[in-house]
Amino acid sequence: MVDNAPLDGKGEKVAARIQSMDETLPSVASTPAPAPSLLVAQGLCKSFGGIRAVENASIEVRPGSITGLIGPNGAGKTTLFNLLSNFIRADTGTVVFDGEPIQHLPPHQIAQQGLVRTFQVARVLSRLSVMENMLLAAQRQTGENFWNVWLKPRQSAREERQQREYASEILESVGLTPMAQAYAGALSGGQRKLLEIARAMMVRPKLILLDEPAAGVNPTLINQICEHIQYWNREGMTFLIIEHNMDVIMSLCDRVWVLAEGRNLATGTPAEVQRDPQVLEAYLGQ
Amino acid sequence: MQGFIVSLVIFTSIFAIFGLGLNLQWGFTGLINFGHVAFMAVGAYATVLLSLNGVPLILAALVGGGLAALLGLLIGLSTLRLRADYLAIVTIGVSEMVRLVALNEEWLTRGSFGIQRFPLPLANFSPTLLTRLVMILLVAGVVALGYWRLWKWLRQQVKQAPQSVLTRASLAALGYLTSLSLLLYGGGVAARQLKAANVLPPWLLGVGLLGGLAAIIGLYVWLAQRMSSKMSGWSTGLLLVFTGVLALLGFWILGYALSAIYNYDSNPSKTGLMVISVLLVALTYWGLERLVNSPWGRILKAIREDEEVAKALGKNVFWYKLQSLMLGGLIAGIAGALYAWQLTTVYPDNFQPLVTFNGWTIVVLGGAGSNAGTLLGSAIFWAYQTVTRFILGDIVPLDDARLGAFRIMVIGLLLMVLMIWRPQGILGRKEELTLGR
Repeated sequence: MVDNAPLDGKGEKVAARIQSMDETLPSVASTPAPAPSLLVAQGLCKSFGGIRAVENASIEVRPGSITGLIGPNGAGKTTLFNLLSNFIRADTGTVVFDGEPIQHLPPHQIAQQGLVRTFQVARVLSRLSVMENMLLAAQRQTGENFWNVWLKPRQSAREERQQREYASEILESVGLTPMAQAYAGALSGGQRKLLEIARAMMVRPKLILLDEPAAGVNPTLINQICEHIQYWNREGMTFLIIEHNMDVIMSLCDRVWVLAEGRNLATGTPAEVQRDPQVLEAYLGQ
Repeated sequence: MQGFIVSLVIFTSIFAIFGLGLNLQWGFTGLINFGHVAFMAVGAYATVLLSLNGVPLILAALVGGGLAALLGLLIGLSTLRLRADYLAIVTIGVSEMVRLVALNEEWLTRGSFGIQRFPLPLANFSPTLLTRLVMILLVAGVVALGYWRLWKWLRQQVKQAPQSVLTRASLAALGYLTSLSLLLYGGGVAARQLKAANVLPPWLLGVGLLGGLAAIIGLYVWLAQRMSSKMSGWSTGLLLVFTGVLALLGFWILGYALSAIYNYDSNPSKTGLMVISVLLVALTYWGLERLVNSPWGRILKAIREDEEVAKALGKNVFWYKLQSLMLGGLIAGIAGALYAWQLTTVYPDNFQPLVTFNGWTIVVLGGAGSNAGTLLGSAIFWAYQTVTRFILGDIVPLDDARLGAFRIMVIGLLLMVLMIWRPQGILGRKEELTLGR
């Protein structure tokens, strides 16, 4: 059922809702050419003991783009993600997201600002249903406050209904509707990847950091995940993607940043980067 | 008998509340709290000391609960950034610390002399017939609500199975349970006669008893496993019969409880405490059910599953863990006030770590993450405590001190059997165990 989920009318509705419900979303189509960057990180450093995992790394993500982050194993890509989302605190460096510095914020506040991340190994909440996984991701829920459970039951019930509807639409568009009531822990590896991306969409973020969305997934599903990413991107969502699968990077990304041994090695369009001798050296070890 | 049943209901209720607090922390939030008794101790001492100084009882109990919640805040602020296993160690340390402070700060707590003769709720209350009828209605109403929910749940469980299969399975389960109880009863009677006759050396009788018990348990676990693979609807039938027996037992106890309320003046403080405890259990259960099924509770469950994910989705994990710890503490603090009123004396020794582990037994028995399971767990735990207290002494060739240890040992044994046979607890969900992380 996952393998042939078409991007039909349901999906478009989701996208329309994303735009209509979140005014703060950067509207790509109307922005003039030199758009201010959505995310700018500069001079990020992080050492673990004597190992310099990330050294003076910078990255920039334009609104409405799909930006790739590649590099050999151990280059510090995931660490950089952790620094951006502040799951690991950087030694030095600044991260500016949507015009505001965020490097001092705790991870959950960064997510609340609209920068949401996924994990390299898909992490679902096993003993919650797929639907509950989705509902959890919604932001600013009235019923999340202890007192509101007692004082505003109607409002939170109403919101819950709306979120449930929205979640069903997203699940429908990624083809997980039949599994909505199943435990998330019962999903297959590929379905977990889908759920994780769908859950990130549920946050209604401005930028999604995807850590290897195609890792350990069969080719059909990779295509499907790519289609979804492209689809949501056309509707205005911005992505920053770590990926080893070059086909995915080449077909998706507008711009690619290359990281090696914790430093910036190159940046440019996928085609440029692919021809860059330094990049080839780092990857192939010439 | 009536007074005894009243006392049993109070103990069951107190430990149900105590267990519900722990279940919120462990079953829903995944916090390993091995020092739950500390909250109870703080609640009990605060309530008693305040009421001795003239503070009204309700206020004293609320302040006691509040102080317990404050203890939760302190523990949380200092340790919640630690990983789960470290929290376990810290909490057990804190609970011992609280007990030792109570033992040594004699100016405040009178140390090991304990505190006696403190005010009890409703002790001088002499209700009119109308008031008593209202109380009866309240308690009966709570129990009726409980039965109604049980009925709804049972119907849902039974819905899929066809009538004929169900009848067959129920009859088989009835036979199974009846023969098991007859065997245990017969063994007990035989052992009592043997002990009274004093013909066998005690060690031989003990070994024989233990062997017999192990053989019976082994046989019946084996039988149950065989039946569940051979007979369709077996587990549903067992469930049906089991709940039926429990429901009947409940009615029997309810009868005593209601008649105790009717004859309120014969034992005012205990009867009043029973009404209060039963109402508080219902209130706590209702409140927690509502909370854990709200978005608030969803965040707690998410933290239990994977706190990094909860963080990545914009939830303030630390704050929610703190709330869970504090609310669980508050609930245990209130249980502490009830505990003090039930015991009518408060000693530091009442708050040994064993109490925490009794709470854990209750939660694990019923199934972590199930509030109804915790209630059931408490009922089973106290049924066991009572039955063994009265019967075991006649059967087992041990002196009183050893008998206490023996009872705890048997609980451990039963828990082990449960973990092998039904690791999710009685009301836990089996499928949750088989999920990949």
